[in-house]
Amino acid sequence: MVFDELRNGEVRDVEDFSREHASVIKELRQLPAIEFRDVELAFDDQIILDKVSFTVKRGETKFVLGGSGTGKSTIINLILGLLKPDAGHILIEGEDITHFDDVELMRIRQNIGMVFQEGALFDSLSVYDNVAYRLHESKTPEDEVEHEVRRMLRFVDLEAAIDKMPSELSGGMRRRVGIARALVGNPSIVLFDEPTAGLDPPTARTICELAIKLRDIEDVSSIFVTHEMNNLEYISTEYAILDREGGVHFELEGKTRCQVNTEVIMLRQGQIVFSGRDEPLRASPDPYIQRFLNGK
Amino acid sequence: MNLITQFLFELQAITNLLWRSIKGLAKKPRYFSDIIVQMDQIGVGSLGIVVLTGFFTGGVLILQAYPTLAYYGAQSNAGQGVATALIRELGPVLSALMVAGRVGSAIAAELGSMVVSQQIAAMRALGTSPVRKLVTPRLIAMLICLPLLTIAADLFGLIGGGIVANQLYGLDTNTYVASVRTGTDINALLTGIIKPIFFGLLIALISCEKGLTTTGGTAGVGVSTTQAVVLSSICVIISDFFLSKLLQSALESTLF
Ligand SMILES: Nc1ncnc2c1ncn2[C@@H]1O[C@H](COP(=O)(O)OP(=O)(O)OP(=O)(O)O)[C@@H](O)[C@H]1O
Ligand SMILES: [Mg+2]
Repeated sequence: MVFDELRNGEVRDVEDFSREHASVIKELRQLPAIEFRDVELAFDDQIILDKVSFTVKRGETKFVLGGSGTGKSTIINLILGLLKPDAGHILIEGEDITHFDDVELMRIRQNIGMVFQEGALFDSLSVYDNVAYRLHESKTPEDEVEHEVRRMLRFVDLEAAIDKMPSELSGGMRRRVGIARALVGNPSIVLFDEPTAGLDPPTARTICELAIKLRDIEDVSSIFVTHEMNNLEYISTEYAILDREGGVHFELEGKTRCQVNTEVIMLRQGQIVFSGRDEPLRASPDPYIQRFLNGK
Repeated sequence: MNLITQFLFELQAITNLLWRSIKGLAKKPRYFSDIIVQMDQIGVGSLGIVVLTGFFTGGVLILQAYPTLAYYGAQSNAGQGVATALIRELGPVLSALMVAGRVGSAIAAELGSMVVSQQIAAMRALGTSPVRKLVTPRLIAMLICLPLLTIAADLFGLIGGGIVANQLYGLDTNTYVASVRTGTDINALLTGIIKPIFFGLLIALISCEKGLTTTGGTAGVGVSTTQAVVLSSICVIISDFFLSKLLQSALESTLF
């Protein structure tokens, strides 16, 4: 592959290189960030996913909705390679990871940030060490680590908690530290598993704003699992722009920008029962979907 | 499931874990600082109870054996008896049991709650192998610490025996020490060092395996902790017999 040269550091002039291989790079850019092809998975005799196919395009946020136990966390575990599908294929940025072994998966995971349902912070490590985990693993010099950790904690507005232990944090703070930890190293894919469950509305809103910023400013592709319909409301109707001073503003979808880069899939009994943008979802006559959106 | 298949499954899981943690040692990054932390927790942390166990075991051995020895007029051999029993058998086995109870349960509980709270999944998601990061350091720390702890237990057992012999039965200290020296030949010492290495391997692997395969939430952590302690204690006791037999034939025939 041409990119072996790049990976091995044989490329001196990156601009030349990208001009030379423009077509390949263009193609890579168009590859979906995540693709499921007819993925099947069953635990014992309980079918969780039944020929599920979907793609998450580059820079897109994909909402995954569905009742409790419909396999949303399972999808995320499959993407990380923590679980293997019984059949079908999972592609990450064009690479088929279905049969990857642990070593190859480690390379893929370097590029994926994961926000767990309960934060999943390492109890024995301080907030600083939690966020720095990836950098410590790659033996990054400590001054760089500190700089990056502080930057990430500022991003989630928790710099003051840097020396605390996870047990001293509230649920929302844990979740936000989890987000900071996931974002270290600028992964191009971020997976959110119910990041706002059990949080007060302003904190939940902050987390949604983080997701919008990642999508619109950092060009991150993401999967956003949630039960909270206002998360869907925020993320599918607002977008973030940078002003001249580098400040971030959130604006409602409208004349200036036609479509926010967000789609929804809804799971039910192992199958995708809806896939598309939020407007058709709201307009859907399906009683299951209506009950899900309105709670009745 | 019947007992034999269960045993075979367990054996397979543990061998598999052993293999993976050895592979973990061969590759970078190696977690030296984690090994040090574990050695502190396993070794330094268990020193107190192991020393106490050894001390009182040595004491009670003399307490019970001395009258019989005196009956046969063999009280000058008391030290030899304690030394043989302690160094070959009681030191390694009792230290291993104490460590299984204290450290095995701690390992299983810690790893188990990391599984339940998704910390293990998070670790893998962040690109670290939990075996390399968590199992290998515990295994190495255990392999280093248990033999050392056993030596400490032996030492304090002999001291305890000496004190009882001297204070309760008025045995001369020099006689005791001389007799202890006859009891500590090279075979006894080798047996006393090889055994705890093997026991350490068993305890570390069983506890890590039980911890990492925890299922069923917080209640599951309790279950794996109990299983880890029970299984590693039983394995220590049973393997001790076969190990003794093996070492006996091996050492006696080849060396001396
Ligand atoms: N390791 C496992 N062994 C057996 N069954 C499992 C396992 N993990 C998940 N399941 C089952 O798979 C189904 C889907 O689980 P999953 O965690 O993906 O649900 P979810 O959609 O994330 O639900 P929630 O919204 O409650 O988080 C559940 O019915 C669960 O019982
Ligand atoms: Mg879930």
